[in-house]
Amino acid sequence: MPVVIVDGQEIEIGADERLNCIEAARRAGKEIPHYCWHPGLSVVASCRMCLIETGQRDAATGKISMVPKLVPGCQTPVKDGTVIVTESPLVKESRARVEEALLIDHPIDCPICDKAGECLLQDYHFEHGQAERRADLHPFTSRKRDMGPTVTLFVDRCIMCTRCVRFTREISGTAELMVTSRGAKEEIDVFPGHPLDNKLSGNVVDLCPVGALGDKDFLYQQRVWFLKREANVCGGCSAGCSIFTEHNQDAVYRLKPRENPHVNKWWICDDGRYGWHHLHDSSRILEASRKAVRPDRRDNGSVTPAVETIEWSDVVTKLRADLKAAGRLAVAVSPMLTIEEAWMLCAVARSIDPQAWLAPGFVPVTGNDESFPGDFTIRAEKCPNRRGIEEVLALYGAGGRSWNDLVAHVAAAHADAAWITGGYPGPWIDTATAESFAGLGQLVVQDLFDSPLMRLASWRLPAAGFAERAGTWVNVAHHAQSFSQAIRPPAGVWPEGRLFWNMLGRRGLYDPVSVRQQIAGSSAALAALAGEMPATGVDLRIHQLA
Amino acid sequence: MQPFKPVLLEAVGVPNGYTIASYKSRGGYAPLEKILAEKQPAEVVEMVKASGLRGRGGAGFSTGLKWTFLPKDHPGPIYLCINADESEPGTFNNRILMEDDPHQVIEGIILSAYATRASTAYIYLRYEYPQSWHRLEAAIDEAYAAGYLGKNIRGTNFSLDIYLHRGAAAYICGEETGLIESLEGKRAWPRIKPPFPAIEGLFHKPTVVNNIETMACVAQIARRGIEWFKSIGVPADPNNPRDPGSYGPKLYCLSGHVEKPGCYEAPLGITARELINHFGGGVWKGRKAKAVIPGGISMGLMTESELDTPLDFAGPGKVGCLGLGTAAVVVIDDQTSIVDFLHNSCRFFAHESCGQCTPCREGTSWSLRMLERMKAGKGRLKDLDILLEIGNTMGMMPGSTICGLADGAAWPIKNAIKKFRGEFEDYIKRTNPSGWMVTDPVPALQIVGAH
Repeated sequence: MPVVIVDGQEIEIGADERLNCIEAARRAGKEIPHYCWHPGLSVVASCRMCLIETGQRDAATGKISMVPKLVPGCQTPVKDGTVIVTESPLVKESRARVEEALLIDHPIDCPICDKAGECLLQDYHFEHGQAERRADLHPFTSRKRDMGPTVTLFVDRCIMCTRCVRFTREISGTAELMVTSRGAKEEIDVFPGHPLDNKLSGNVVDLCPVGALGDKDFLYQQRVWFLKREANVCGGCSAGCSIFTEHNQDAVYRLKPRENPHVNKWWICDDGRYGWHHLHDSSRILEASRKAVRPDRRDNGSVTPAVETIEWSDVVTKLRADLKAAGRLAVAVSPMLTIEEAWMLCAVARSIDPQAWLAPGFVPVTGNDESFPGDFTIRAEKCPNRRGIEEVLALYGAGGRSWNDLVAHVAAAHADAAWITGGYPGPWIDTATAESFAGLGQLVVQDLFDSPLMRLASWRLPAAGFAERAGTWVNVAHHAQSFSQAIRPPAGVWPEGRLFWNMLGRRGLYDPVSVRQQIAGSSAALAALAGEMPATGVDLRIHQLA
Repeated sequence: MQPFKPVLLEAVGVPNGYTIASYKSRGGYAPLEKILAEKQPAEVVEMVKASGLRGRGGAGFSTGLKWTFLPKDHPGPIYLCINADESEPGTFNNRILMEDDPHQVIEGIILSAYATRASTAYIYLRYEYPQSWHRLEAAIDEAYAAGYLGKNIRGTNFSLDIYLHRGAAAYICGEETGLIESLEGKRAWPRIKPPFPAIEGLFHKPTVVNNIETMACVAQIARRGIEWFKSIGVPADPNNPRDPGSYGPKLYCLSGHVEKPGCYEAPLGITARELINHFGGGVWKGRKAKAVIPGGISMGLMTESELDTPLDFAGPGKVGCLGLGTAAVVVIDDQTSIVDFLHNSCRFFAHESCGQCTPCREGTSWSLRMLERMKAGKGRLKDLDILLEIGNTMGMMPGSTICGLADGAAWPIKNAIKKFRGEFEDYIKRTNPSGWMVTDPVPALQIVGAH
C-alpha cells in the first residue's frame, strides 16, 4: 500500500486511490485550510490558502528531497513516498499573508453578516491570520446585488474562490454566474437578463466559504450559532437526498445538504431546500377529531360538520373500536410514511380486521425526472418512500397493488371502512376521487392539510411532516436511509409512528430502531436493514446480491 | 563592436518588403520547399534543437526541446499557437516583423508546424495591432495562393491552415495558457500546470505555443543553417551546466530616454551600454542613465553601474533581474523619480492582474495603493518593508501564484526598493515630514453603512 508522510506521520492510502494533499492530510487528522477547492468541483488552485511544502521520499535510500517552493495542496496528487509538511514556518507565513490579502478589500461586517459563525474567512483568520492589520486602506464598501429569486450577492465580501461560478458551469450546467472585471476589481455577476434561476441555485450559498452569497430564504432569520442540526432525509422526491435539518426551538430555519456519495453527493435541489415551509403552515391540522353524534350546523346553506375533539390517549382505543364496529377495512399506506410506520400501520390494520385490504397510498408525480450535468437528478415522483412501503406491503401479502386499486376497491363497495394515511405537503386528491369514499361507514384520514377527502372523513387525524418523523425511507435506487426526529410536531400532535406504536399496545416511547430490526428479521428483501445503519444508508439490492 | 548585418530585419526599409515577391527575391520559401522535399519532421526538430534556438517570447526555453515534449505518435490534431499578443511594456519587435516581413514569420510557422506535425496554426494577435492584422492577413492569402498553405503543400501529404485570431486586449492573454484559454473563447485565466500544453493544451489537444520572433528565427535557421546561427551570440557557460547558451540574432527594442529609440537587431550578448550608445545614440539630452529595464518592465531594473551586463538569456539574472524577457530595453534618465517609475509599474500590473490567485490579485492592488499614498505625501518607511515583502513572496517562483505575471509584477518592486531604497526613503521623508516614521497598527475600522 502507498504510504504518505504527513508532518512526520506515516499513513497508508488505498493502492488505487487518487487523493490530493488536502485529502491525504485529512486522513492523518491534519486540516489544510482551503477556499477554492471543493471535492465536487474542478480544481483551480487559485485561492492559494492550501499552499504547503511537499517532497518525495526515495523508496530505495529513504532520503527525502523537498520541492524548493510552496505548492497548492489541492492540485498536488499524493503517491507512495509523498511528504507533506503542513506546519512549517514558511507555510504558516504564507497562510497569514493570504488571509491578510483576502481581508484587504473585505468589509469585515461580521456583526451584520449571515455567515458569521460558519465563515471560513473568520475561522481561518483566527487560526492562521495575523493580529495586526497592516493595510490601512479605505474605504470599505458593502454593496448588495440581486442574483436571482433565491440568492443575494454581497459583492465586497467575496474572496473570488469561484466555487459558485464553477458550480453553475459544471453541476447545474446553467452557467448563469461569471466573473467580471479584472484584478482586485473582480466581481461575481450574472449575465444581463439571465438571473441565477435554476433548480440547484441554493447550492451556491452552501459552497460560498464566506458571506458573499446569501440565501434570501434564510437571510437575517436566525444566527447560525443558535441552530441545531439533525441528520435527516429530504422527503421532497424519491431521490431521498441526505440533508441536515437546522432548527431552533422546534422551528426549522433551513435545510442543508449532507454529503452522501451514494445519493446526492454534496447537493440538494431548491424544491427540497425550500420545501420545509409547510411544516410551519398555520392551516395544518393539529387536532384529532371525529364526527359528532349531534347534527351538522347549517347557516345560509353552508354546512359545518359537527365534530368532537378526541384526546390522543383516547384515539388509540376509540379509533380501534370504531373501525372494528364498521367491518371490512381498507388501508392506504402513504409513501410519505417510513417503513417502520408502514409496517406498524399494517400490523394495526390486521389486528383490527385480519382480512384488512392493504394498498399503497397516493403517489404524487409531477412532470419528468430532471437531470443535471453534475450527475444529479430531481425525481418526478414527489414522495420519498414508495419502494419502502411496497416492500412492507409485500410482507403482508399485499404486493403489486396501487392507489387506484384501492379507490376501485372502495368504489366497488368491497370495504365498509377505510384508513387513508397522507402526510402530503400540498393538495393531492380531487373532489371526484374523494367522492368514491363517501359511502363508507368509517373514513379515517390522517394528513397534514384539509382536502376534499378530509372533509368527508369521520375521523380526522393530523399527520407529521418529514422532519417530525423517525424511521427509514427507501429511495428510487433502493437505497435505505434511517433518520431520527429533528423537531417535535406542533401542538402535541402524535406522529404516525407514535400512534401506531401505542395502538399495537407496545410499551414506552416509539422506538423505530427496534421496529426496523424486527422488519429486517422478517423479510429477506429488507434484511440489509439489520444492525446499525451507516449515516449514508445501505443499498438494499447490493446486500441481496451478496 | 563588430559590424552586424541585420537578418531578421532584412526587409525593413525595402519597398513592398512585406509582399511574397519581395520575400522570395530575398531567398524566402526556397528553404521550405527544400525541407518539405528532403527532410522528415523529426529532422527539422533536430535541426532547431541543434541550433540552440531559445524561445524569444520571454522565458528563453529551448524551442526544439519544447517540440520534443509532444506525445509521440499522437493521432492528432496537434495545434501550433503563435503568440503575437505582444503586450509587455516597451516591446515592439513582433510588430516590426509582422508589419514589415510577415512572410518570414509565416515560413517559420509552416516549418514549425511541419516539425510538430500540426495541421492547424493559430496566430493570436494583439488586439491593438491593426496594421499587423492587415499585413498578416494579406500575407496568409498570398501564401495560400502560392501553395505554401492549404491541403497537400507542394505535393507532400503535409497540410496546414493558419488562422489569424485577434486577441482579447489584455496583458494576461500573452501568458501561454491564458492565450490558450482565450483562444478557446474563455476568460484568459492561466491554467494550472501540469498538464503542460504539450500534453494537453488547446481544446485538450497537444499544443505548442511559440513567439513570432522565434518563428522568424526558425525561418532563418532553415535558410542559413545551424552553423550560421551558432556563430552568433554567447556560447554556453562551461561552469554552469544549466546554461544552454544564447545563440543567434535578437531584436532589441530600445525606448525611453535615448536619442534614437527603435527596434535594433544585434547578436545576443550585446551589453546594455553598447546598445544604448551604439544604436540608441546615448541617453538623451546628454544626461546619464539612472536605471535601465533589461527586457520589459517585468524583468526589473539594472542600475547605471550594471549596464555592462550582457543582454543574453543568462546576463540580467546575474544582477538580480528576472531575465532577458522580451529584450525591450527602456532607459530611465537621472532626472526621473524612481518612485514615479514604480508607481507606473504597479499601476500597470494592478490593472493587468487577471485576478485568479489571491497573492497577485491583492498584492498588485495593495502595492499600487501604497505607491499612490506615497505619491500623495503620506508614505511611511514601513511601507517599503511591506512592498518588499509583497515583492519577495508574490509569484510562481515562491510558489504563491499559477502564472508568471506575479513574478513580473514583483520584480520591479523588489529591484526598485533594493537598488534605490535611499531614494525612496528620501522621497518619503521629504514628502511626509510628520508621518514617515509612523509604524502604528491600523486604527479601528470606520462603521460600515447598513445595506
